[in-house]
Amino acid sequence: MATDARPNTLFRNLNAKLAALPMILCTMLIFVGCSLWTIIYSFTSSKALPVEKFVGFAQYERLFNTSRWVQSVENIMIYGIVALIFSFVVGFILAAFLDQKIRFENTFRTIFLYPFALSFIVTGVVWQWILDPSLGLQETMRNLGWENFTFDLISGKDTVIYALLMAGLWQGTGFVMVLMLAGLRGIDDDIWKAVRIEGIPKWKTYIVVVIPMMRGVLITTLVIVSAGIVKLYDLVVALTNGGPGLSSEVPAKYVYDFMFSRANIGQGLAASTVMLATVFIILIPWIYLEYGNKGKK
Amino acid sequence: MKSLKHCIAAALLAGTSSMAQAADLEVTHWWTSGGEAAAVKVLADNFNKTGHNWKDSAIAGGGNARPVIISRISGGDPMGATQLNSGRDAEELVQAGFMTDLTELSEKEGWKDIVRPSKLLDSCTYEGKIFCVPVNIHSFQWMWLNRSVFTDNGMEVPKSWDEMTAMQDKLKEKNIIPLALGGEPWQISGLAGVLTVALGGVELHTKINVEKSVEAAESEIMTRVFEALGNARSMVDPGNVGRAWNTATNMVITGKAASQIMGDWAQGEFAVAGQVAGKDYDCLPGLGINPVLDTGGDSFFFPKPKGDNAEETVKAQLAMASMLMSKQVQVDFNLKKGSLPIRGDIDMSAANDCMQKGIKILEKPENILPSSEQVWSPDTQGQFEDLWVEFFSSPEMKVADAQARFVNIIKTAD
Repeated sequence: MATDARPNTLFRNLNAKLAALPMILCTMLIFVGCSLWTIIYSFTSSKALPVEKFVGFAQYERLFNTSRWVQSVENIMIYGIVALIFSFVVGFILAAFLDQKIRFENTFRTIFLYPFALSFIVTGVVWQWILDPSLGLQETMRNLGWENFTFDLISGKDTVIYALLMAGLWQGTGFVMVLMLAGLRGIDDDIWKAVRIEGIPKWKTYIVVVIPMMRGVLITTLVIVSAGIVKLYDLVVALTNGGPGLSSEVPAKYVYDFMFSRANIGQGLAASTVMLATVFIILIPWIYLEYGNKGKK
Repeated sequence: MKSLKHCIAAALLAGTSSMAQAADLEVTHWWTSGGEAAAVKVLADNFNKTGHNWKDSAIAGGGNARPVIISRISGGDPMGATQLNSGRDAEELVQAGFMTDLTELSEKEGWKDIVRPSKLLDSCTYEGKIFCVPVNIHSFQWMWLNRSVFTDNGMEVPKSWDEMTAMQDKLKEKNIIPLALGGEPWQISGLAGVLTVALGGVELHTKINVEKSVEAAESEIMTRVFEALGNARSMVDPGNVGRAWNTATNMVITGKAASQIMGDWAQGEFAVAGQVAGKDYDCLPGLGINPVLDTGGDSFFFPKPKGDNAEETVKAQLAMASMLMSKQVQVDFNLKKGSLPIRGDIDMSAANDCMQKGIKILEKPENILPSSEQVWSPDTQGQFEDLWVEFFSSPEMKVADAQARFVNIIKTAD
């Protein structure tokens, strides 16, 4: 019969599509809808309540003239770059060591992963105590006799960001390690055997053979770690509360403060729109690279 | 099945009717630190003496408690009574008719004549009716000193901010932190506010925080406030990041630090540590330069009850309101809390030296700062806070630049 020659593609896999519908609706409504709402109202002069009084780019002008915002952006860039590099390098090295079929692997894995089970608030408070120069490590060492021992990252305007990094990495590196370990375990034993026959040194195998094969895991890890970096907030609140002064402020905290405690929704939304735009600027070229060439392969 | 239902209903009835004679009053508040909890106990004990039952329901932290309290009242699950800050915390709830009217009781007991300063009762008044009971007065403009830190090291205990700054080098030589300060933004902007009042007096405070005067913000005296705050940088220790106010107070109590600029709620911590005003610690209202105080504090509100026992609950509420205002409770409660009483006609001879100083200051109306909470929007307040915090933590920031930003905030304030 002519009618069932080509079924409408819309109704192909109908069950699967129906099942995905709620998820699609949620995404459209909650993510896309709310993002659009955010962008639109960032052009208004909304104070405590959203109002449709459009003021053009005034909120953005104020945003980039506020030293606190400029400082926040600078901080998150330093934090992001260092955290990415460090957690990937150290996470991978730890995973590679654990992958040598060592004894007590479970124990080590648990130890490294344990910090990840803590909330950022707990991590922040613990590290605040450790880093507080008149209470923590510095004071302990001085009491033990090293009178000139100095370790006061947290109280210096230029060094406090490294205190944040220390706490953040302590918590997050173990998680990266576990993901990488899963990736390494996914490499077929035959490859290792083949490499051994060829007589390629181990370190070279990791760099030339194993890492390219782990592409999927690496990208997943990258997405998870980057998302954690962009939304960095609770660690800062617990560890430094943005101090000393404004030197450890981050964008997410700026957004929260303006929306909730300072009753200036317009300004908060402008800041979050800038955050969203930055993420897209990084994401879009990557999506092109990743999925754009699919057809040719 | 049916009999079971009856049974439950009977049990419930029995439960409620036994409450009807002496009403349970659930009281929400955020008084949880050592000194505060002791003060709450005074209220609870006195209320239980009236034949009713105080059901304590503390919620830690004003920032957490306020939304809970407000949403419970507006959401139809009112507590019997609740603490809120004097001022505008409950304004909208009163306007929406959620609160029990206390006017009759207040007229019978003549609150108008006994509450001092009278503006405390004004903030409880809406359309001529009274909806809350102020219980205490708190002010920020105090400096607390550990006496033994000075006397043990052969120094006079300073009597003003200037004397204190002059001594900072000697203190540092002895490994004592001259000024204990916490890193939370409100503590730093509070310090700036206290310095403004101390150096500029009521006049400067009124011009800036009430009249929004740009000239006052540009004035030379304001420059001196910025300079004073800049000089205070060298008096604090580097470990102040993220430190809470009571941790800083504790540094003064233990003698690690010599002084702290903090509201009189700090005195509750001294009391809990068993310290005596005038002997172990000293206080300088207005930093010893301009002894003036603001009059914040706490009030109790009584949400209109719901359900069958409404009448009994209102009776209990009125009994509690009357108890809060009574002379003995005002004395006992404020002695524990470290705050000043809201009536001037009571015998506070049991109060310590510092409270006596405060009471004396409040006797003169010209020493009371006009309230400024309605002048600045939260956004503007936040801009001030950012400026003070940034200035305090950036020694390289010039006074002139900071003041220019200060002026600009006032100019563009909405």
